[in-house]
Amino acid sequence: MSGSFSLSVFGLAGAGLVAIGLFGLIVQGAAFRKILAFNLLGGGIFLLMGVIARRGAAAGFGGDPVPQALVITGIVVAFSATALAVALLLRLQDAGEQNSAAVDDRDRAARQGDA
Amino acid sequence: MSGALDAGIAALLLGVAFRVLLARDPLGAVIGFVALGLVIALAWVRLAAVDVALTEAAIGGGVTGLVMVRAAARLPKREGARQTADRGTNWIAAGLCVLVFIGLSAVVLGLPEPAPTLAPEAAAHLPGTGLGNPVTAVLLVYRALDTLLEVVVLLLALIAIWSLSADASWRGAPPPPGPRQPTEALVFLARVLPPVGVLVAIYLFWAGADVPGGAFQGGAVLAAMGLLVLLAGLCAPPRIGDRGLRLLVLAGPVVFLAVGMLGWAVAGAFLGYPEGAAKPVIIAVEAALTLSIAVMLALLVLGPPAGARQP
Repeated sequence: MSGSFSLSVFGLAGAGLVAIGLFGLIVQGAAFRKILAFNLLGGGIFLLMGVIARRGAAAGFGGDPVPQALVITGIVVAFSATALAVALLLRLQDAGEQNSAAVDDRDRAARQGDA
Repeated sequence: MSGALDAGIAALLLGVAFRVLLARDPLGAVIGFVALGLVIALAWVRLAAVDVALTEAAIGGGVTGLVMVRAAARLPKREGARQTADRGTNWIAAGLCVLVFIGLSAVVLGLPEPAPTLAPEAAAHLPGTGLGNPVTAVLLVYRALDTLLEVVVLLLALIAIWSLSADASWRGAPPPPGPRQPTEALVFLARVLPPVGVLVAIYLFWAGADVPGGAFQGGAVLAAMGLLVLLAGLCAPPRIGDRGLRLLVLAGPVVFLAVGMLGWAVAGAFLGYPEGAAKPVIIAVEAALTLSIAVMLALLVLGPPAGARQP
């Protein structure tokens, strides 16, 4: 680690990741792509916390352990939320297919009734 | 030299992030996302946070990636590039995001000197915990309440996902995650890798007291081994109504909560550890946590139970 240059580089990468994720979250229409973009945004914020932790290196540790532990907690919580969001999305899709199938059946029955 | 390496990692990171953003189909975006998880893990190593790097590679990239790959395979292809926003909205959003980038960059480049840090305090109290890894000390001693609530979040997410099942398949088994005809290479891998993986997981859990590792990293590796066996079709996914399975899920949160309550009796505070005997208690909590985290991560990937209706 060559001091402040590397910290600046990773800080800028974290800020860039937040911006890319935010853009995807706003612009992309598909819910699945929004979930991915939200994870990019979160990854960028974690990286910013990593830079802050690294700046706090003291007492023989490579970084401040408190933000590092917070990020570990954050990664696990982000995974839980992502898994739930994906499960909801898939369930919504199944329900949509069933509904459209039901509508098709009703239309077919109506046509047969007409004939 | 190391500066060039870090600049390379940062450039790769942003490049892969754009790849995720611009990929045409969902599967392409997910593959980019998994690659991004590994690049971010490299960045964490360079930031001297090996504990976080292990967690990011295992959970942020690996297990999240598996959830995403399974979802992408079931979603229609047009989910990919379909954009509802028109050109004008795109430009406004891009402008907003550039502003956010500039603002965050200004903040991160202008952080105060000297940097505020809790590292000296973490170091000062480390001998009393019997631990050598300050991150484990923060997770299980100084901020144990965060970790307890985090495990509860995992549990709540699992219950929420289970509740998405149809009434008929409640208490049933999730659909098998793998292909109907697994390739021989996959079956071979699923037979050879798990013994090594389980050993690595136990090492990560045990070594986590003194060097990078711990319950979350070990649990994620265990979960990956279980999922590999399920992917190869070597055994069927468990029924979620199974009593043993539910006991495994509850072991971590319940042991942690019980130790927390006992803290009132032995140390006068919730989650207080007995003087001098902190380390054995912490190891016991971590062992229960590792098992529960492994089972819950795998079940979160498997998704809600499905009846005969779904393949």
